[in-house]
Amino acid sequence: MAQRPDNRGAEHSAPIVDTFIQQLVNGITLGSVYAIVALGYTMVYGIIQLINFAHGEVVMIGAMVAYTVIAALVGAHLPLPPLAILVIATLCAIPACMAVGFTLERVAYRPLRNAPRLAPLITAIGLSIILQNLALIIWSRSPLPYPQIIDTVSYHLTPHANGATITNVQVGIIGLSIVMMGGLLLLVYRTKLGIAMRAVAQNSQVAGLMGIDINRVISLTFVIGSGLAAVAGVMDGTYYGVAHYQMGFILGLKAFSAAVLGGIGNLGGAMLGGLLLGVIEALGAGYVGDLTNLCHLSGWSSSLAQRCADDPHLAVFGSNYQDVFAFIVLILVLVFRPSGLLGERVADRA
Amino acid sequence: MIDAKSPLLALDRLAVAYGGIQAVKGIDLAVGVGELVCLIGANGAGKTTTLKGICGLLPVKSGGIRYGGDDITGRRSFELVRRGLVMVPEGRGVFGALTIEENLAMGAYIRDDRAAIREDVERVFALFPRLKERRRQTAGTLSGGEQQMLAIGRALMSRPKLLLLDEPSMGLAPLMVQKVFETIIAVSREGVTILLIEQNAKLALEVSDRGYVMESGEITLEGEAATLLHDPKVRAAYLGENP
Ligand SMILES: Nc1ncnc2c1ncn2[C@@H]1O[C@H](COP(=O)(O)OP(=O)(O)OP(=O)(O)O)[C@@H](O)[C@H]1O
Ligand SMILES: [Mg+2]
Repeated sequence: MAQRPDNRGAEHSAPIVDTFIQQLVNGITLGSVYAIVALGYTMVYGIIQLINFAHGEVVMIGAMVAYTVIAALVGAHLPLPPLAILVIATLCAIPACMAVGFTLERVAYRPLRNAPRLAPLITAIGLSIILQNLALIIWSRSPLPYPQIIDTVSYHLTPHANGATITNVQVGIIGLSIVMMGGLLLLVYRTKLGIAMRAVAQNSQVAGLMGIDINRVISLTFVIGSGLAAVAGVMDGTYYGVAHYQMGFILGLKAFSAAVLGGIGNLGGAMLGGLLLGVIEALGAGYVGDLTNLCHLSGWSSSLAQRCADDPHLAVFGSNYQDVFAFIVLILVLVFRPSGLLGERVADRA
Repeated sequence: MIDAKSPLLALDRLAVAYGGIQAVKGIDLAVGVGELVCLIGANGAGKTTTLKGICGLLPVKSGGIRYGGDDITGRRSFELVRRGLVMVPEGRGVFGALTIEENLAMGAYIRDDRAAIREDVERVFALFPRLKERRRQTAGTLSGGEQQMLAIGRALMSRPKLLLLDEPSMGLAPLMVQKVFETIIAVSREGVTILLIEQNAKLALEVSDRGYVMESGEITLEGEAATLLHDPKVRAAYLGENP
């Protein structure tokens, strides 16, 4: 599907440290996007114990809306700098996604708030399919190429000529993510709305007795998470240069894994989990080929030696296995530490 | 029926049920402006259910609730807080993961007058100095008595007109019980109308103006608190005296 920039790491001749740093940079970039998406899962879970499986599709819609705006602005040949186009596109994607998030909660989840837990879960999966198909109808079945309006500039991180680099796009993604995470933490821990969100998460009935309109707070939680998702969608589209109606599925699943890794319901956990998952994935993708390289075994088999002469990268698992790591992590966490890295023990919640 | 002059709260044959089980079977009850009224009764009599029906936590099956002249039957709890009707729930219900200051801030959720809110926080701290010492700690680390103080303080932060207290002395050491009752009297003297639910019938009747006795979902006795305190039936059933 998408082309992943730099995922194969630096050139073969680059020092080992450079390869490592390069994968780290790629992983942190990817992880920033996961973290922003994971926050949406974890905020909703924290407040109504619902896994909003349609959240990945909200990210996709953000990417799609931004694509449409960018394409239109580029097509109109306005004298706008590329960054302005990107900002305008993001500012269009945010309210669109907020509206989708608000509608999902209002129409689909709220009527099921006191239903058995399976009902909203199945609804979430159904909504995810509905949104994918809507996107397919509105946009296209095939991947939409993001117009490459930003000239990629690479900055060297080490003195080696073909060593590790970081691009301006990566700097932008990481920087914007840090700003959004900081803003969210300020909102949740320093404002009245944030305290109310945590109060509703703890005990919604008592929160009601304080005069807090629970429905409004839950709506706002969806809206904020969806706004973050919109930005994540634009970042993902810009980074990979493509948007697709199914892009939210894997991205959502990975971000969900990140939220579980960090401890679902915990904001810091979602951030940590997202970053860790991105790094694990990038390092995994960077090294799995080397670690499972069959050419180490060339001395044992002449036919293998022959094939390695043609393809020195011959490996059991190539870097296209990178998607697997998220799910290996998810399974390991669920088996060994279901509450996640920063999560409270389940008994404390009840 | 005892007539409460210009009642702030009036229940008219209020019935509340859990599914098919009727826990409150059509009771009449009134609380006048500025009064301190207690509702006493054994475990399971239906006292908590009555309060939950009043403040919109449980659906009313039949009958009506009037508050300040308006019919508030079926109103949701967050709307009632804005009208000054505030409940301190049984078991306190402080937000354990929030700090004491944040709990108090939530008590003042409906207010926007920052300066006055800050003054009220100081008043609560003056009332309960223990809370001030620990203002930045999470409420979950407080003792049961301190949590009760926080729950009452938090309710006061909304500047209620009518305070519904559900067993504020439950599970507290005698010294704490005394402190809580002193606070209730002080709040009442400031003009807040109070409906108090208590297991400790003797204490409740001693501080109240009037009282109601509830038994299996029905009001069986009502009257001046002093009269009830000397009523042989009350003494036998709730004050642990042999007739
Ligand atoms: N959630 C519920 N579902 C079904 N029945 C309930 C529920 N809560 C309470 N009841 C029943 O309703 C009746 C009244 O309960 P309520 O809690 O109002 O009593 P109470 O007077 O507050 O008692 P206590 O002094 O022990 O708090 C009891 O018989 C109780 O078993
Ligand atoms: Mg009770």
